[in-house]
Amino acid sequence: MPERCAVIGVGQTHHTAKRIDVSQAGLLREAALRALEDAGCQWSDIDAVVIGKAPDMFEGVMMPELFLAEALGCVGKPMFRVHTAGSVGGTTAIVASQLVKSGVHGRVLTVAYEKQSESNAMWALSIKIPFRQAIVAGAGGYFAPLIRGYMQRSKAPEDVGIRVALKDRQNALKNPYAHLKFPDIDFDQVANSPMLWDPIRYLETCPSSDGACALVIADEKHAAKAPKQPAWIQATAMRSEPTQFAGRDTVNPQASRDAADELWKKAEITNPREEIDCCEIYVPFSWFEPMWMESLRFAEEGSGWKMTYEGATALDGDLPVNMSGGVLSSNPIGASGMLRFAEAANQVRGEAGEHQVPGAKRALGHAYGGGSQFFSMWVVAQDPL
Amino acid sequence: MSDKEPVKSIITPTRTEYTYTPGPSAQRSLRALARGKLVGEICPSCNQVYYPPSGACARCGVATRDEVEVADKGTVTTYAIVRVPSENIDLELPYCTAHILLDGADIPFFGLIQECEWDAVRIGMRVEAVWKPESEWGLNAENIRYFRPTGEPDVPFEQFKEHL
Ligand SMILES: [Zn+2]
Repeated sequence: MPERCAVIGVGQTHHTAKRIDVSQAGLLREAALRALEDAGCQWSDIDAVVIGKAPDMFEGVMMPELFLAEALGCVGKPMFRVHTAGSVGGTTAIVASQLVKSGVHGRVLTVAYEKQSESNAMWALSIKIPFRQAIVAGAGGYFAPLIRGYMQRSKAPEDVGIRVALKDRQNALKNPYAHLKFPDIDFDQVANSPMLWDPIRYLETCPSSDGACALVIADEKHAAKAPKQPAWIQATAMRSEPTQFAGRDTVNPQASRDAADELWKKAEITNPREEIDCCEIYVPFSWFEPMWMESLRFAEEGSGWKMTYEGATALDGDLPVNMSGGVLSSNPIGASGMLRFAEAANQVRGEAGEHQVPGAKRALGHAYGGGSQFFSMWVVAQDPL
Repeated sequence: MSDKEPVKSIITPTRTEYTYTPGPSAQRSLRALARGKLVGEICPSCNQVYYPPSGACARCGVATRDEVEVADKGTVTTYAIVRVPSENIDLELPYCTAHILLDGADIPFFGLIQECEWDAVRIGMRVEAVWKPESEWGLNAENIRYFRPTGEPDVPFEQFKEHL
């Protein structure tokens, strides 16, 4: 019988463009200490540490976990590094939860981060491959055609992406940790912001951030003694698929649909739209909100945009999405997935502050990475399953 | 201690050199390309044609085997207009990158579209390769400089919506 497990502590940094006052180790430690404090734990209470970040080229430091062990209090303890591109923060949290669920460890600290200011992610994502033409401009250059494919398939109105961006940027104003805050943001500002990778506008795009996120995940025995409401991990799911194969649906990937189906089945959810109270999903470019709403089975294929249009995904809608302001507002890439998982946990713990969804009992945390090929998701709730 | 500003960061440029092994399939395809031919490979399991070939069908997990020539003409299945500069990419802004499904292939590849107004590029547009002069051909995808509209009628989206 697997152990029940729960998130008992959440910590994060104030995400920003450049944290020049701290090293990578200092950045991580800041989030870790906040999570420990939230969980009422000391370093000595932690049995193992699981760390995640995006590709090493993003800082130009290979295998940074080698020098981070002491900053994370894992000298003499097991330490793991997880790596699944942009979804890594989610995957890292899932790996940590599995160490508890399996009964191997009682309390695990998991930390994810990125210090994008130390290198150039766009450069790292646009490496010249021999014998090929170098034309794909970073993540935006890769995802823009997929978004256009979705627009063509769904016949969605052209302003859906603008509406998503406006909502997420307004939500970010309620989040003290968010990187980008535009106090007077309105529809026209987003609509009139420059096209970067047409059809993606500047204000429909995530920033480059320095930041970290940490969670303490505990078994039932330790969760019972936690000072705050635990977020019980009811189900997790992960899937991957190759970047390229003939007949691959790059807009609504099989791996995404399969992971969602497994997640809902494990959480004993038959109608996600009714049974989930709020979602924090990985939306680095605004149009991915309707795309993932469909892929995650919250909406029929081709109609995810209607949820945005009808206000269902707004903070006061029937299924709020990205209450924290999402990836559009803070993007320390390696931490971005874990921040989604952390926000879902904080919502059901009643710890989400000004962007709390009243009465949220069950929430989805979601991350994706690579060329829409790695998917990680979890359902957390006020009660164990 | 002096009254000088503390050192908070330093910039240390790095570069990487590596030897790239294309593998047998890509080698055959590159040698054909150097003769002006686009040669893909067929998956023996699902019969889908891969261009450029990587040597395997990732859907079936088997090696591709039989070679087949594909056309240097195809259909734009989706695209983006890039208006932001990127390191490593030496192209004048803006430029159009498209997923192009070559006639005879079953998977689109990234290509450049030129000789076309940006607002005239569309999903379903027919395009053809514009080659470098034959004397400049080498073992490189850049033997094809870009693709341009053929002027043929557009292909209906329904016919390729599974190949975005
Ligand atoms: Zn195959």
